[in-house]
Amino acid sequence: MSDRSNSKPETGAFFARDRAWHPPAFAPGYKTSVLRSPQRALLSLDGTISEITGPVFGHSILNELDNDLIHNFAKPGESAIGERIIVHGRVLDERGRPVPGALLEFWQANAGGRYRHKKETYLAAIDPNFGGCGRAITDDGGHYAFRTVRPGAYPWPNGVNDWRPAHIHFSVFGHGFAQRLITQMYFEGDPMIWKCPIVGTIPDREAIEQLIAPLDWGNTIPMDARAYKFDIVLRGRRSTLFENRLEGN
Amino acid sequence: MVQELGYLKETPSQTAGPYVHIGLTPNYSEIGGVYESDLGSAMVNDKTLGERITVTGRVLDGGGAPVKDAVLEIWQADSAGLYNSPSELRGTADPNFTGWGRCPTNSTDGVFRFETIKPGRVPFKDGRKMAPHITFWIVARGINIGLHTRMYFPEETAANAEDPLLARIEHRDRVATLIAAKEGSVYTFDVHLQGDKETVFLDI
Repeated sequence: MSDRSNSKPETGAFFARDRAWHPPAFAPGYKTSVLRSPQRALLSLDGTISEITGPVFGHSILNELDNDLIHNFAKPGESAIGERIIVHGRVLDERGRPVPGALLEFWQANAGGRYRHKKETYLAAIDPNFGGCGRAITDDGGHYAFRTVRPGAYPWPNGVNDWRPAHIHFSVFGHGFAQRLITQMYFEGDPMIWKCPIVGTIPDREAIEQLIAPLDWGNTIPMDARAYKFDIVLRGRRSTLFENRLEGN
Repeated sequence: MVQELGYLKETPSQTAGPYVHIGLTPNYSEIGGVYESDLGSAMVNDKTLGERITVTGRVLDGGGAPVKDAVLEIWQADSAGLYNSPSELRGTADPNFTGWGRCPTNSTDGVFRFETIKPGRVPFKDGRKMAPHITFWIVARGINIGLHTRMYFPEETAANAEDPLLARIEHRDRVATLIAAKEGSVYTFDVHLQGDKETVFLDI
């Protein structure tokens, strides 16, 4: 639970999701979506208390190395192999307000594009010192940071010669279950971004650019690690000034 | 010119992919030693109030095959109908109940399973009571944006009949897709992503 006593919890319903900005369920260029996409229309409903509320996690769930993928799976004294980077940013809502206490979980392949997963058979080697998962909780200003190695690109069986661009998966909890989001972060300047069928499920180029983290030279640590900045925007809440304050809302 | 609203756009969703377990359930995917346990693997403890139930089922694709690489999350009220959330202003929920759980579909048979309690009723926006329900959120390879749905309880005939969400389903034969099957304390809720038995999914 959040321990910020000076801010009253917000209970307004969320802004409606702009589903033309998000990828559609059915995107045949990404083949698996063909049989895994609903064909009927979604049932639309203004948020009820079941979606306006959501689990919030305290910093007590975190271990010291949870946001350090270079070391959280490595043997003592060793570290993961690859380009050392810091990824940091803020979690904001659509109104531009920071979202404190947001739990972020990340996962990724190693520097060679190999995931530590039993279903993964790519011939690139496992790094014995890299697990590939981490997590962080945003501070009062909505900031988070973690360090890792830059993941490699990897091939996948979709088209005959499809390769994923380097990417880091993000799972984000805001304060309401309706804000729940999973997405992927890409790296500035990667030419593979524009060839990828999964990136291509997003119809709008501007929306794709929202997933590309710029190189953050200012926060690069000399002789140690480069930095990338990735801000995440969750659904905003309506102001509650003139909401009907009936029982339960 | 008028003033600008200044809203930001929501970060677009992307699929969780086939290796979502590395991030969300690392112990399940045999990445031990990073987290003590997988988040959301236990919703109840010995002191949790309410009727103990098991919620299980599968996620099926448009070809009828079980999806063996999905992750499901559920969110529900406690037995008194209160959510364990800072946005819950009606009272304090049972501290021994998280209200939130996470479970992968098994990689061999595609079954998920939650040990939880039966939720109490919570109000709709206009104050009418909704029938007891559990909110589901489903992600997987091939799902570009997480799918929201709800599970309702078959023995709650009267409550279900007056539930404001169920009442909004235009094609009445689809209401049944949100109602679990009960056998003892076990509720089976199969989610059909596509086709004749397609589950009602929510934009909420």
